[in-house]
Amino acid sequence: MNVVALIAATLVTATPLLYATIGEIITERSGILNLGIEGTMYAGAFGGFIVTANTGSPLLGLLAAVVTGMLAGGLMGLLTVTLGVNQHVAGIGTTLLLIGASEFSNRLLFGGGSLTQTAKFALLFTGVPVLEMYLLTMLGLAVVAPLAWWLLRSTGLGLRLRAVGENPEAADAAGISVERTRYVALVIGGALMAVGGAFLTLAVLGTFTLNITNGRGWVAIALVIFARWRIWPAVASALLFAVVDAAQLQLAITPTFAHVPRELMIALPYLAVIIALAVAGRGLRYPGAYLKPYRRT
Amino acid sequence: MTEEADSTPPLLSLSGIRKTFGDLVANDGIDLTVRAGEVHAVLGENGAGKTTLMRIIYGLTVPDDGVMQVDGVPVMVRSPKDALACGIGMVTQHFALVRPMTVLENILLSSLPLGPVSTEEPRLRIAELSAQLGSPFDPDAVVGTLSVGEQQRVEIVKALYQGARALILDEPTAVLVPQECSALFKSLRRLTDDGIGVLFVSHKLHEVKAISDRVSVLRHGRVVTTVPTETASTGELAELLVGRAVSGVSRAVLRPDDEGSVGATLIAAERADDRSSLAAARPNGEVLLRISALTVPGSGAKPRLDGIHLDVGGGEILGLAGVSGNGQRELADVLSGVLEPSSGSVTLGGVELAGAGPARIVQAGLGRLPEDRHGVVVEDLSVEDNLILENVNSFRRGPFLDRGAIRRHAERLIEQFSIKAAPTDPVGGLSGGNMQKVLLARVFERDPQAIVVAQPTRGLDVGASEFVHKQLLRRRSLGAAILLISEDLDEVLALSDRIAVIVEGRIMGVVSASVVSRGQLGLLMSGTPLAELSA
Repeated sequence: MNVVALIAATLVTATPLLYATIGEIITERSGILNLGIEGTMYAGAFGGFIVTANTGSPLLGLLAAVVTGMLAGGLMGLLTVTLGVNQHVAGIGTTLLLIGASEFSNRLLFGGGSLTQTAKFALLFTGVPVLEMYLLTMLGLAVVAPLAWWLLRSTGLGLRLRAVGENPEAADAAGISVERTRYVALVIGGALMAVGGAFLTLAVLGTFTLNITNGRGWVAIALVIFARWRIWPAVASALLFAVVDAAQLQLAITPTFAHVPRELMIALPYLAVIIALAVAGRGLRYPGAYLKPYRRT
Repeated sequence: MTEEADSTPPLLSLSGIRKTFGDLVANDGIDLTVRAGEVHAVLGENGAGKTTLMRIIYGLTVPDDGVMQVDGVPVMVRSPKDALACGIGMVTQHFALVRPMTVLENILLSSLPLGPVSTEEPRLRIAELSAQLGSPFDPDAVVGTLSVGEQQRVEIVKALYQGARALILDEPTAVLVPQECSALFKSLRRLTDDGIGVLFVSHKLHEVKAISDRVSVLRHGRVVTTVPTETASTGELAELLVGRAVSGVSRAVLRPDDEGSVGATLIAAERADDRSSLAAARPNGEVLLRISALTVPGSGAKPRLDGIHLDVGGGEILGLAGVSGNGQRELADVLSGVLEPSSGSVTLGGVELAGAGPARIVQAGLGRLPEDRHGVVVEDLSVEDNLILENVNSFRRGPFLDRGAIRRHAERLIEQFSIKAAPTDPVGGLSGGNMQKVLLARVFERDPQAIVVAQPTRGLDVGASEFVHKQLLRRRSLGAAILLISEDLDEVLALSDRIAVIVEGRIMGVVSASVVSRGQLGLLMSGTPLAELSA
């Protein structure tokens, strides 16, 4: 097995999950389960692609993805925070809407026909084993993750966010706006999820295909629970999932595994998530206000 | 702050505060003032409008009408933030604390910047303020690990930290053992000496007498009187509180002394020749309900029930006293058949019931009146249907329900238990008292050998509470073994023959109700072993 290739593949697979899990942790710590994550990633991938296709600049594409994610977060906020809609329904609805809208626009613009290749982010440190990776991967590991950890742990915003997610009555009594804090969490989280999606179009593929996110958002939801809503364990679990996925790809081409059905090999990382959750996912302490809309009585 | 004299405007003044919820008038033109350096008590029964009033002052509820002034200046308080900016702080009944966060983090919540939080200065200030209260605490302790009394002090310090000069305390003693109460009262005195004004909300007369300088009595959303505390007798206040003359004070309301009650006479007779010592491990009659070595594991190393032994005899009420959350709920759940113990046994007349499901437990003759009334009635179903829920099979004709028999059954019980409802009314629409009566009827109608009852009068008005107590005493005189789990010490003292005290899932001791004092119970409830008391 080629270790360098394994590491490279792991990092590529882990990057979208990294952004998505961090984004989801931020929203869930504020008390909102954002099941719009899959759609947000999808829309981020599409938004990033379409802007890059028209401007030729992956950076502008990334910016477009960020804006798309913020809007998606805002939509979740409107539904769950302002209107108090059930979070499961709002999240799944948001996902369906965003996927549908992206595919519809894609069909209008490209007729579902030939794939347009766009400019994409180049690999950094090309030729240097292990260090050869995308800017977004490095940014995610070295900047976004520590920043998110610090934000939740030691900033006023982070404290507010946790307070709102644990005990909104207490936060309200302390003069913190529960609504505003949750909107902020959703908007920041949405932006991160969308960047995770955009990584697929802007760095890996350089184009947009249907079903591009392929359930990565749902995987992120599971990883967040597995990581118990903490940033570093989430980073580790994203890498763990990715390493299983990369190993599966590598093993599939070895003679030993040649006879194992391809479908089973592809399912491996997902099975790993289910087993991990079944083992580590019991007796969890969810954020106190998880799934609960807040209304002053 | 201390220069405030009587001539200066009061620290906080309310006039004409009015708030309605639909048809319900919660506050009906309330006038109230709090001066710097005084404790002003607001006394009222459940539903008198106390909590609404407090929430209005603190900006959690917006009033329909009325003016609020701070230092004589009209203020608009639309949120807790506004209230804090005016120097009004509040300690709510259920603490507004984030349990997984530290004391420091909790206190900083209301004054957070967006960016990094500096902790040096706040630490010093918190130490200073907690010392001012007379009980310093560790700012880095996680709130969830603190005792209830400590959490309350954190709340007070939090309010002071935010610059509160007027402090509202909503039923502050409801969660405390007597020793913690007196510590709280001392702290409050230290605060008023420093010029803080305290608004003390309670429905407990003896506390209000003990701590306040002035008292306002609230009834049906109106202030019926405001008097200096020393000039008002407890009897007068009690009368104003409930709106009718009561014989004696709260204890008398609870202890049914009228001749009509069989139970009361029985208790009186037994108590006359009761001279026993404080400890009373054995029941008077033959043991019907026996709980031994009952253990329920907790999430951590500490079990939630830790080898509980209790014997309840026929014709006796065993009270189980304790501060909320010490295992009472778990014990009630095991006895109701909804929680399986890891070890130990529960027998009723020799029949093993530990780990049995609800159906078998009911069949064996154990009646259950759980703490959460709404959890054991089906609110959308009618009164008559709820009355047969535990016994549907007796009202069947073949596969069909015998509607006629169900109706007759309901009409009989409605009459017998004076339930104010028609058989077809949905239970969800009934008052707490009537809902409890439906439950009493359902359980007592089957003539249970033993009864487990938890917080039977929580949230009920005086009349309904009295009815429930009388029914329990009647069952006792009919020979039932009754385990009364209650956080209301007055209730436990008034009804029980013996009292067991539970602390952190263990029984601290079983004492004779006629001998034990409130103070001794308080010490047991705060974890003092029985042996140290008798000494």
